[in-house]
Amino acid sequence: MALDPKRRDSAPYTIAFAAAVCVVCALAVSLAAVGLQPRQQANARAYMHKNVLIAAGLVQPGERVGDAEVRRLLAERIEVRLLDFATGKLLPADGLDALAYDQRRARNEPATSRAAPPNRAGVARLPHYGQVYLVKKDGRVEQVVLGVEGLGMWGTIYGFVALAPDGNTVRGLTYYDQKETPGLGGEIGNPSWQALWQGRRGYDERGQARITVIKGAAGTPEQDPLRVDGLSGATITSNAITQLMQFWLSEHGYGRWLETFRESNGHGKGPSG
Amino acid sequence: MSTPDTASRAGVLGFGTAERRTLLAPIVDNNPITVQVLGICSALAVTTRMDKALVLGIGVILVIAAANLAVSLLRHHTPPSIRIIVELSIIASLVILVDQVLRATMYELSLELSVYVGLIITNCIVMGRAEGFAMNNPPGASLLDGIGNGLGYALLLVLVAFARELLGAGKVFGATVLPLVKDGGWYEPNGLMLLAPSALFIVALLIWAVRTVRPAQQEKD
Repeated sequence: MALDPKRRDSAPYTIAFAAAVCVVCALAVSLAAVGLQPRQQANARAYMHKNVLIAAGLVQPGERVGDAEVRRLLAERIEVRLLDFATGKLLPADGLDALAYDQRRARNEPATSRAAPPNRAGVARLPHYGQVYLVKKDGRVEQVVLGVEGLGMWGTIYGFVALAPDGNTVRGLTYYDQKETPGLGGEIGNPSWQALWQGRRGYDERGQARITVIKGAAGTPEQDPLRVDGLSGATITSNAITQLMQFWLSEHGYGRWLETFRESNGHGKGPSG
Repeated sequence: MSTPDTASRAGVLGFGTAERRTLLAPIVDNNPITVQVLGICSALAVTTRMDKALVLGIGVILVIAAANLAVSLLRHHTPPSIRIIVELSIIASLVILVDQVLRATMYELSLELSVYVGLIITNCIVMGRAEGFAMNNPPGASLLDGIGNGLGYALLLVLVAFARELLGAGKVFGATVLPLVKDGGWYEPNGLMLLAPSALFIVALLIWAVRTVRPAQQEKD
């Protein structure tokens, strides 16, 4: 039934119509959001695991690999352990499923996290335990992949960094979940920028976490191991990356464990040169 | 509906010349990008790779078609004073649905499309068809008009992406066609093709080509 235009423009009708449209639209949107959420979360988790493999160089960025292949590589090549940030020691491997541990949820729950020490990375809470991905080849640890996060320009940036057995040299890096401005800060997700990190060092000679994203271009990893090219037009994002990398490499993050890791791999005390 | 519409009396199921025109005209004769030069923003952003262009194109087809249908069904009930905002609510809800479904089914592609799926809301074509066509035409014709305009848009996007991916990365749908020099082949990729301005050049060339074939589209000075 069509209403005549006069009545259609009356205030009560207009308000009722607007309300009805809002309710129908809201219902459709929320049903879709709630109904699809489990699959989206499963996808996000699979994507996170894929990025562990990308950081470790076992999967190339942009390569299409199925979930089954990701699970196979994870099972074959990677041993996941939980690190107690308070002690800097790994928890015993047996009796817990470290791969299924949800570090992000643990960080949000008061019972499984604590307030982070003051820092410039925008990390408000630290989970009690963090995942450490030991990448193995023929039974030997070839590298280790560590999760990092910090506050960027528009939201939290999540990434993984892969370090060599010396616990210092960067082998690979990904930022897989970030809301930085596409084309500017969003370029931290660009594999060609991430590739610039390979061969850089996290720590200086005195064991301080010093890796820095600078303004402008840095030299080759050999000449300029502690600095990485900045992203033009994205000073806040570049600084955020510096802060979050330094925080997670510091003694509040993985620093203490990395020291023992380095020694256990025969690299002596203090970062090797 | 009590008032008969002028555009088409054939109904939803009758598919005559008028319906075919409604569906096909926007693809070449009245393409939203080459003739009306609408929706250029996303044509620049997502056309570096064909898979991205295709998925966004399909998303836009679905959104325009469904938005046109919904707006047309409500056209005799919508208060004229709030019609634009009603259209916008419908379009925005549909875009969120498309975004949610993409995240559930093609997660990585949805990450790469990032904000551009959400930006379908601001795509001038969608709003233009809802306000310019669906408000005055019956649901069947509006649906066809939506699909036609979506197809015209998607076709342009895929053509631009084809040129950009082929010349910029030597690939089509991610499969290598022109082996690159850095991979031991012979093709030196054109880096400009991966930057946004190249999409403008390609769209301009396409407009030139279409207007040469269809002189009726040329504007008189």
